[in-house]
Amino acid sequence: MASIKELTQRAELFSKGHRACAGCGEALAVRQILLAAPQPVIAIMPTGCTEIFSSIYPHSAWQVPTIHTAFETAAATASGVETAYRFYKKLGRMKETVYFIAFGGDGGTYDIGLQALSGAVERRHRFLYVCTDNEGYMNTGIQRSSATPLGAHTTTSPAGTKIPGKTVHRKNIMEIMIAHEVLYAGQTTVYFWKDLAEKVAKALAKDGPSFLNVLVPCPLGWGHPGAETVNIAKLAADTCFWPIYEFEDGRYKINYEPKEKKPIEEFLRTQQRFRHLFEHPDGKEVIAELQRYIDEQWTLLHKKQVALCTP
Amino acid sequence: MILAKTGNEALAWAMRQINPDVVAAYPITPSTEIVQLFSTYVNDGLVDSEFVAVESEHSAMAACIGAAACGCRVMTATASQGLALMHEMLFIAGGLRLPIVMCVASRSLSAPLNIHGDHSDSLASRDSGWLQFFCETVEEGYDTLLQAVKIAERAYLPALVAIDGFILSHCLERIETFDDQDVREFLGRPKPNYNLLDYRHPILVGPATLQDYYFEFKRSQIEGMNNALPIIEAVQQEFRERFGRGYPVIEEYRCDDASAVVLVMGSACGTVRYAVDQLRQAGKKVGMVKLRVFRPLVHSLLKERLGRFQTVGVLDRADAVNSYGGPLFTEVTSVLYDLPQRPKVLSYVYGLGGKEFAPEDAVKVLEEVLAGKKAELVTYVGVR
Repeated sequence: MASIKELTQRAELFSKGHRACAGCGEALAVRQILLAAPQPVIAIMPTGCTEIFSSIYPHSAWQVPTIHTAFETAAATASGVETAYRFYKKLGRMKETVYFIAFGGDGGTYDIGLQALSGAVERRHRFLYVCTDNEGYMNTGIQRSSATPLGAHTTTSPAGTKIPGKTVHRKNIMEIMIAHEVLYAGQTTVYFWKDLAEKVAKALAKDGPSFLNVLVPCPLGWGHPGAETVNIAKLAADTCFWPIYEFEDGRYKINYEPKEKKPIEEFLRTQQRFRHLFEHPDGKEVIAELQRYIDEQWTLLHKKQVALCTP
Repeated sequence: MILAKTGNEALAWAMRQINPDVVAAYPITPSTEIVQLFSTYVNDGLVDSEFVAVESEHSAMAACIGAAACGCRVMTATASQGLALMHEMLFIAGGLRLPIVMCVASRSLSAPLNIHGDHSDSLASRDSGWLQFFCETVEEGYDTLLQAVKIAERAYLPALVAIDGFILSHCLERIETFDDQDVREFLGRPKPNYNLLDYRHPILVGPATLQDYYFEFKRSQIEGMNNALPIIEAVQQEFRERFGRGYPVIEEYRCDDASAVVLVMGSACGTVRYAVDQLRQAGKKVGMVKLRVFRPLVHSLLKERLGRFQTVGVLDRADAVNSYGGPLFTEVTSVLYDLPQRPKVLSYVYGLGGKEFAPEDAVKVLEEVLAGKKAELVTYVGVR
């Protein structure tokens, strides 16, 4: 595994000068993943923030071949690209090993692109699908997605006087992908650069589909200073709001156990999208439910780790 | 080799001979058999192709785009709802100038649900930047598919080859197929402008463009379509030279001294031919103009061929639901408008959802067109 010193000496494959907001977690994730990945890599992306801020003609931040088609098609387009590669390989027109990484946001992954992702994984294409998860449709102006957590304010789940933000919990995309029998599934955040790099390497070593769910705080959508992106990404893990874990060879492994599990309020207070929960009469109840859900999921994850750790 | 094949079988046979690099497809009536047969060719090792059995038509076209961006020769097949589901991706294939070739067994669009033949699906895709060919017979479908690969690759435009659902897709005809080797020599290998997999020369396919470049990209795509007709004609000529048969973009049938003609696409041409013969026997000066190429809209050819008649009846196997008849009618009237002396154009919509279009119906239409007038703006042939 490369040290941070080695990583910093590698050629940048996602170059500076793109148009992401200051402190964008998504841009960090793409850069770190490309640095960590074995080369050569072909990138596939759906329509979304990354696509918009990295590829406005005549500029491109991508130093690797990249294709964008539509919002719901990252996995399907990746299927076609990977199939073309297999075709050339079969006929001996390509010899070298090439890696394929699809970068989707949570909109393109949890929601509109889920069918295409499900199909591509079932067909066992050899590719890594990365969900850069910022818990909402940020590119279109911060609307709720099925990755948006309970209680969060978005422009389609607003903090109203009557209803305080999103009324339901998020979708568990990791379990959905594990149920698809991906060869590797990992969840992490942009804070854990080493963990992320290791997960990328593990995922791309597989001869089939793999999945990474990377929490990427969004200063614009979450309402926090850009300088706090990485700290908030750590807090998400320290509160167990975002467990850092992986699934491989039928086993769950928690990769980060916070020394002291912090209450969810500490995470919520860093972001304007949760501010109303501290003012609305029902806010306390929503926070309590969020905490209950986090505790339940965290306990469940430990049970899975124990139950499935011995062969 | 002379074979008995249905339309679907003939297109699948052509695909086997074309031996495309990648096929991504999803089954839908009435084009399902094309995909089924092609799968057997793949699994029996008769082709080199990689087949991707995708989970929807939307993903079929997305996968086709991905593979075509890698310089592969790529094909698919669909119909009706499947083509409608692909709609978004059709525009992307067109905009990226990827020469994907698609078989369509034309079928109506729901609701109400109907699996039978009409042209609603292809005609609803008319602005997506695809070449569109309509075929009269199974053999013409086979020939056209072979030509379409070459045309698409030379024009850098995707191409759709339509055979009428059930009427051609499921009807057995005698066709004369060509030798595999001849077909492969005729087609050669594709010469893509770029290959996404060429990582030593990284490119970005499908960038975002703003007000400063989008229009220029579209203008260049439009120019590609503007330049398509000579390419179609050249490939038709090459095809004729190699295989000894061929079809013009517009065919005139008994039009020389006709005073009234009908314009028609697809399998109904056969019916109209028969009706023309019958009326000719009775001394009536009618003819048929068959249009094989719907995209590009061959406006100068249509002007040249239709302008001299007193009356032109336009037979549309689709209605635009715009209270002005079918798409072909609107486009033809528009094309003829600036002629100094233009024919009267009468609109007929026929055969929606596989409704029988019998020789008597065609005779009736031709007689009315010969008379030069009718009561309704749009006549719905055979509707109760």
